[in-house]
Amino acid sequence: MRDLLAFLRDYRKESILAPLLKLAESLMDLLVPLVVAAIINQGIAESDEGAIFRFFLLLIVLAILGMAFSFSAQWMAAKASVGFSTKLRQALFDHIQSLSYRELDTLGTDTLITRMTSDINQIQNGLNLGLRLLLRSPFIVFGAMIMAFTIDVPSALIFAVAIPALSLVVFGIMLLSIPLFAKVQGALDRLLGMTRENLTGVRVIRAFCKEQQEIEEFDRRNDLLTSMNEHVGRLSALMNPATYLIINVATIFLINQGALRVELGALRQGDVVALYNYMAQIVVELVKLASLIITLNKSLACARRVQEMLDVKPSMEYPTSLPAELPQTDEAVRFDHVTFSYASSGDAVLSDIDFLAQKGQTVGIIGGTGSGKTSVVNLIPRFYDTTTGTVTVDGMDVRNYPAGELISRIGIVPQKAVLFEGSIRDNLRWGNEDASDDELWAALETAQAAEVARGKDGQLDAMIEQGGRNLSGGQRQRLTIARALVKRPEILILDDSASALDFATDLALRRAIANLPGTMTVFIVSQRTSSVREADQILVLDDGELAGIGTHDELMEKCPVYQEIYYSQFPDERPSAARGHAGEEVAR
Amino acid sequence: MSDSSRPPVDSMQTLRKVLGVVGSYTHLLVVSILLAGLSVVLQLYVPILFGDAIDQIVAPGAVSFDALRSILKKIAVLVVVSSAATWVMNIINNRLAFQTVKDIRSRAIRQLQKLPLSYLDAHSSGDIVQRIIADTDQLSDGLLLGFTQLFSGIITIVITLAFMLSKNVGITLMVLVLTPVSFLVARFIATRSYDMFGKQTETRGRQTALVNELIGNQKVVKAFGREAVASRQFAQVNEELQDYSQSAVFFSSLTNPSTRAVNNVIYALVALVGARLILGGSLTVGGLTVLLSYANQYMKPFNDISSVVTELQNALACAARVFELIEAEPEVPEAQDELFSRGGWIDIEDVSFSYDKEKPLIQGFSFHAKPGMKTAIVGPTGCGKTTFINLLMRFYDVDAGSISVDQQDVRDVTRHSLRKAYGMVLQETWLKNATVRENIAFGRPDATDDMIIQAAREAHSWEFIRRMPQGLDTVITDESLSQGQKQLLCITRVMLCLPPMLILDEATSSIDTRTELQIQEAFDKLMQGRTCFVVAHRLSTIREADQILVMRDGRIVEQGTHDSLLEQGGFYAKLYRSQFAGTETD
Repeated sequence: MRDLLAFLRDYRKESILAPLLKLAESLMDLLVPLVVAAIINQGIAESDEGAIFRFFLLLIVLAILGMAFSFSAQWMAAKASVGFSTKLRQALFDHIQSLSYRELDTLGTDTLITRMTSDINQIQNGLNLGLRLLLRSPFIVFGAMIMAFTIDVPSALIFAVAIPALSLVVFGIMLLSIPLFAKVQGALDRLLGMTRENLTGVRVIRAFCKEQQEIEEFDRRNDLLTSMNEHVGRLSALMNPATYLIINVATIFLINQGALRVELGALRQGDVVALYNYMAQIVVELVKLASLIITLNKSLACARRVQEMLDVKPSMEYPTSLPAELPQTDEAVRFDHVTFSYASSGDAVLSDIDFLAQKGQTVGIIGGTGSGKTSVVNLIPRFYDTTTGTVTVDGMDVRNYPAGELISRIGIVPQKAVLFEGSIRDNLRWGNEDASDDELWAALETAQAAEVARGKDGQLDAMIEQGGRNLSGGQRQRLTIARALVKRPEILILDDSASALDFATDLALRRAIANLPGTMTVFIVSQRTSSVREADQILVLDDGELAGIGTHDELMEKCPVYQEIYYSQFPDERPSAARGHAGEEVAR
Repeated sequence: MSDSSRPPVDSMQTLRKVLGVVGSYTHLLVVSILLAGLSVVLQLYVPILFGDAIDQIVAPGAVSFDALRSILKKIAVLVVVSSAATWVMNIINNRLAFQTVKDIRSRAIRQLQKLPLSYLDAHSSGDIVQRIIADTDQLSDGLLLGFTQLFSGIITIVITLAFMLSKNVGITLMVLVLTPVSFLVARFIATRSYDMFGKQTETRGRQTALVNELIGNQKVVKAFGREAVASRQFAQVNEELQDYSQSAVFFSSLTNPSTRAVNNVIYALVALVGARLILGGSLTVGGLTVLLSYANQYMKPFNDISSVVTELQNALACAARVFELIEAEPEVPEAQDELFSRGGWIDIEDVSFSYDKEKPLIQGFSFHAKPGMKTAIVGPTGCGKTTFINLLMRFYDVDAGSISVDQQDVRDVTRHSLRKAYGMVLQETWLKNATVRENIAFGRPDATDDMIIQAAREAHSWEFIRRMPQGLDTVITDESLSQGQKQLLCITRVMLCLPPMLILDEATSSIDTRTELQIQEAFDKLMQGRTCFVVAHRLSTIREADQILVMRDGRIVEQGTHDSLLEQGGFYAKLYRSQFAGTETD
């Protein structure tokens, strides 16, 4: 938490002044009963009209000063809290940029977004309220008590009893109900989840004739929620009447005591009025303080979560510069007995992967879901570090490349075709900020995406909506391919990125990439044998192991896993397969 | 306030409907209102008594203890009564609010099961969930509690004025005249900050969108080495937001101090005028104390009422949305007869159907399937293959013509008996957030574990179920299963029921080859000897089908066998060549 306070450093003046000004304002409030007492004691008791008017002016001055103090306090608090959250938000954003894939996996996108948005907003609210009110309420409560003591000690003792009693009731009810409210929220969430489930599954529920059972289950949860609500409701229903009772009973004692003291001549009538007014101020502030503490508590929890996130250190280290001598080699990518596991699960996703891709080669990677295809290609740009074994690119261990250097040589088309809000040009230039329109068009042609841009008003200037909503899956996929090509990478990785394309387009795409000039090395990850069939070599992955490596023809000869995949997709070519009964015939 | 003084007719109707729901709790509502009245009167009367008490303490020797004690005793009794009244009222209000919400929700869920699919398809599920959960809460909070608050607010004002008038007419009138000043100040600030809030909301919206986009796709950002650009982009919006937020936060926090200042001035004026009146002998010190504390209190109900009125309007809007759902036309009533299944003959005669009467979709469509016949439904994505499923399962009724199963018109039998005759596996795999066992036994809750395991074995799901942490007792969440595994579970669910007719939706490419094979095998096992409709993506399924229905833009454009359709050289032939050309030429 201490680290977060560092973001408040630029607003040190504001964050000290805001509470102080607020105190000054409450001091004005605290003086009012004294002035009224003076009006009664001096003005009325001594029939001094001049005094009454002077005290009246004093009240007006107090009102104006109070407002002025308060305005400045609000300004300081707004400036400090908003400034703080702005800096914190930027720092967190920058920090996320520095994390590697491993940390991103562990933290999870949803968590990151919640921290960036609602958590920081909550901290800002808490800070703003805290700066203004955290000192004010206790100050008024204790200030009122101290003022009471300055007026008359025996009468003020009643305050010393009433305040702890009130605090006990207010904070006790709050503390008891907070966990109950959390439970109620949980029950409500479950009811909400069930309602949503009923809507998304309406066809299945009706197909299985389960309407009545769903109603019964809903009723059960609904009853549970209602009884929980009533339970916590009974508790908070006590708050108002209990505080009201305590404060008024205290006032009864106060007046009684006051009467005795006046009779003794130790106190005057105006003083009794002042004591009475102080008593009234206390209860309002205690209730405010209690709800403030709840808000602050929430904000502190958010602050802790943000702090935890800032404490996550990037797990990868990079050398600062390229070694003086770079190896001269024809090797593009080499995996040397690579074993790999994601941080989250201890099991190895890749074990003992060993292969070499020469510059200019096309490498196909095929295998079932979870066989480790994507993991293999994720190791090439060093998105993750291997557990054991090494990955080399251009003859050098990937760990010896400075930050950003390796990425600049590799073009990646991820599985999920993600585009960003902005023009087609903006999106394509992710690959290369300086690319000319001609280069962009060339990339679009190769990616079979030129027609996508041509079909839009404004061509390259056509706007893509957030997440690429205004494009079809196939169009998005082709644009992401073009984006990677704009980079003119040495290594191009297509991670199952033709799945939404039909066979003809997929074929045209692969041919166009093959015909590009230069010695680009291409990795094609796919579920379809037709997509990798023409590759120079195909890696067949099965449960994280290399089940076979070779050309299509070689694998058809000797690799049963590859054969199984192939025949499942082309049942007609299965030797001796009876036409039309593919499913039953496949040996498992 | 002016809007609420003339509520439009339909909000009066909504109000009546809400009162209808309250119906059985009317006695609670009446008691609550009476208690509210009682506690308000007492709470306002107590300061007067305190004032009287203070008047008994004039000076040394001039304290009348007897009178004082009797007043204080009276206060003690009233305070206890008032606290008790408030407490009981709070509890009653809670009960009233929570029970109404419960009743409305339980009506809503019953309605949900009866609403025609056309209604549910036309409304987003988020919107309906909102009505059942959030709007209902708002309705009870705003309408019921708002009502009591409004009531006690009005009583407070009336009684305060009466008490103040009883103490001093002049000061009361002064307070009455000056009060609106603080409203004007508040209004003035509100309009200023409203502007800033608008800008803040807009900028924050842009920032959230940017965060969602960039952080949501952080891996892509990293893959293209765009970290620095992203930071710059974010910084720009972030700084913009800082400016607007600062102003918005500042302006909005001015309301309270400003109204407080105005109130303090009024307070000072009351003190001044009051003191002079005391000197003139027309007011006592106790009276002034009462007037001072009322001058402060008098403002509060006004603020309360104005926020209650907004809340009431809001609540009425929510109530209208809830009732719109609850009172929507349910499905046409059921026939009485059960479907008597004799193997699965399906006859579709001259059917016309459309979702939107303006746009005719299916017209004069006829089709027949014999028991054991396999029908493939083929078409490009988004061609409306679900329309077919909607009609077969009677999720929608045909506009003209008829669909009959085993010579019984589907409209002449109960929906349950018809739907039980079908097994359905959709591509959108829906599973309950419950255990694996509950999910598999969804259609047959009485199934034994042996039966469940047997079905799971046949559907190839047992292999992964067995390996789950608690086996059949593992609770399924959205992330815990892969798409293929979900599909296998959905098949298992049907496998356990084994109905005479099937509707299957084949998986697309997101499932890996091996799982797809298992799914295919499971499908094949299911289909043996059953009348099936398969939304087909796989070439082999299409070729094996006894009949093919070709759909395009929601219409059925061609029907026939694979060979006859290829021969026709129509849409099917074109589709076939573009989708599967790779197989022949590559």
